[in-house]
Amino acid sequence: MSTYLLILFPFIVPFYFFTTTMDIDSGISRKLPPMPEENIETPEIHKRNIYVVLINKNDRVLAGIGSPTNMIEIDGNGIISESLKEDVKKFVSNNGRSETSSENPDKAIVSLQNQEGTSYTMYIQVQNELTKAYNELRDEQAINDFGRKFDKLDDTEKKKIQEIYPMKISEAETKAN
Amino acid sequence: MSKFKRGTGKGMPAISTASLPDIVFMLLFFFMVTTVMRETTLEIDINPPDATEVKKMDKKSLISYIYIGPPIESQQVNFGPAARIQLNDRTFSRKEVGEIQYFIISEREAKHEKDRPYMTTSIKADENVTMGIITDVKTELRKVNALKINYSTKKRD
Repeated sequence: MSTYLLILFPFIVPFYFFTTTMDIDSGISRKLPPMPEENIETPEIHKRNIYVVLINKNDRVLAGIGSPTNMIEIDGNGIISESLKEDVKKFVSNNGRSETSSENPDKAIVSLQNQEGTSYTMYIQVQNELTKAYNELRDEQAINDFGRKFDKLDDTEKKKIQEIYPMKISEAETKAN
Repeated sequence: MSKFKRGTGKGMPAISTASLPDIVFMLLFFFMVTTVMRETTLEIDINPPDATEVKKMDKKSLISYIYIGPPIESQQVNFGPAARIQLNDRTFSRKEVGEIQYFIISEREAKHEKDRPYMTTSIKADENVTMGIITDVKTELRKVNALKINYSTKKRD
């Protein structure tokens, strides 16, 4: 009996190896806006409080406050230049210092627009850069306030930081071409 | 002189192997209980994009998966190379994106009422798909109020 099972064992192990998954799910989390109800006026947002990031169908990234005016460089490997992240950080943490940038982080909205032909890779990259911008701002604030990085804070402390820098990324409907 | 006295200096007796099958069975059952079977056989090819700012997702039981990508080679005969959406074991074309609503509702019904607000939809899409289909999927999710989503990505350093 025992030898029988011992012979079988090497066959049983690979079976589990192939049929089971151990992959941990990871990714970028987002919250979608609820479906707009009809006849509800969208609140006016001042131009200075909105940072528009547009990824067009050719995967070119345009960004700017109020309207997408600056072209963001993308290198040969399709990696977006750091300038997008830095711009977003500067925009969100402006706190009214500059007349042409956001009034405060709570009012600052990053509007992400993409087109039908935008590639998913580029979209995720931009989402990643935006997340990074917010993560870095939160980390800086956390170190300033509590002396620890954001990840190391407890829940109430995290909430405080999140209130200072709420992640406001809005995604408009895809524009046709 | 005792009649039962055995010879001395025989050394340690061999360890009994009678319990070996039990040990093997125990290991086998342990693996059976702790591992999760692949629930769905993927009929589409997925190579997720990579990102640095990824977070691990917990509460696996509350995640519904939507797979988006080109069909696997053996299925391309039937469906062609255009990206498809897989829900559970079936794949749907982009036109049938409305099926997502039924899928989410049935997923929701299967969960306990108090768990429902924590349900997340994980979008596992191939890096080569375009945003058109992703946006369609997101719109359907918004229609059924499944607003917590996660873009599945690989971790890059």
